[in-house]
Amino acid sequence: MRTAVVVFPGTNCEHDVVHALRSLGGEADLVWHRETDLSDFDGVILPGGFAHGDYLRTGAIARFSPVMAEVGRMAVSAAPVLGICNGFQVLCEAGMLPGALIANRDLAFICRFVEVEVTDTATILTRSAELGQRIRIPLNSYEGNWVDPGAEARVALRYLDNPNGSQGSAAAVANVDGNVVGVMPHPERASDELLGSADGIVLLESFLESLVPA
Amino acid sequence: MKVSVEITRRPEIADPEGTNIMRALTDLGHQNIESVRVDRIIHLDVAGDDPDHVKLRVEEMCRQLLANPVLEDFRVEVGE
Repeated sequence: MRTAVVVFPGTNCEHDVVHALRSLGGEADLVWHRETDLSDFDGVILPGGFAHGDYLRTGAIARFSPVMAEVGRMAVSAAPVLGICNGFQVLCEAGMLPGALIANRDLAFICRFVEVEVTDTATILTRSAELGQRIRIPLNSYEGNWVDPGAEARVALRYLDNPNGSQGSAAAVANVDGNVVGVMPHPERASDELLGSADGIVLLESFLESLVPA
Repeated sequence: MKVSVEITRRPEIADPEGTNIMRALTDLGHQNIESVRVDRIIHLDVAGDDPDHVKLRVEEMCRQLLANPVLEDFRVEVGE
């Protein structure tokens, strides 16, 4: 079972994600954004960073990278598709997740640990967690304020203190089927006690356990 | 042809930048500001001599990339 970790120009969390998945026994490889065939992979992660410089809007240009057609195909085929931070923004721009991400309410770049609560366990990010479980993971974003005028999204994780003004305090949002998820804080940066928290492991394990052979 | 595209955030979507600018202006003593919104203008130079056709092409660009349909509306103006 293999996970593709996509690298756009400007992505900067890809090695952290690969390291965290491998340390949990997963198989993960970096894939350049110009790749047009992900048929050897069973799941995909769009990691954090500043894809294509975040020009125009975060994720707006990345959604047209060649690899995104394959990401869309995997999303439709029920494979796990996870966007972390900037990856969340890309999935919203691509229309694979509802809503959009705008600047934080107080216009501050927020870089600190936050506490989130599991509000839906039928997603590829939360299936191994308990409903109501509290998780301490770091947030590291300026455009983390999720808005959805449709307001019918599935919220998988909710902030306890809503630091960025997200609608419904959403920290992670899923599509209807729960196989496409965007999460604003970084589970891979809380995957070892050395990093200050290992709370993110349950989220990455959920992802790995959601993989089924392609 | 010179084309300008005005991308505006829908009124129901919060604009944290506008809100914070309004707060700063109020702190500077500028009273009675009802609202501040920050929008974006993109200038393009597009080859072609039929303004209607150029406008349609740029509107397609807006739907595809320049504006986010969840958040924003757009207005295309074709000049000389």
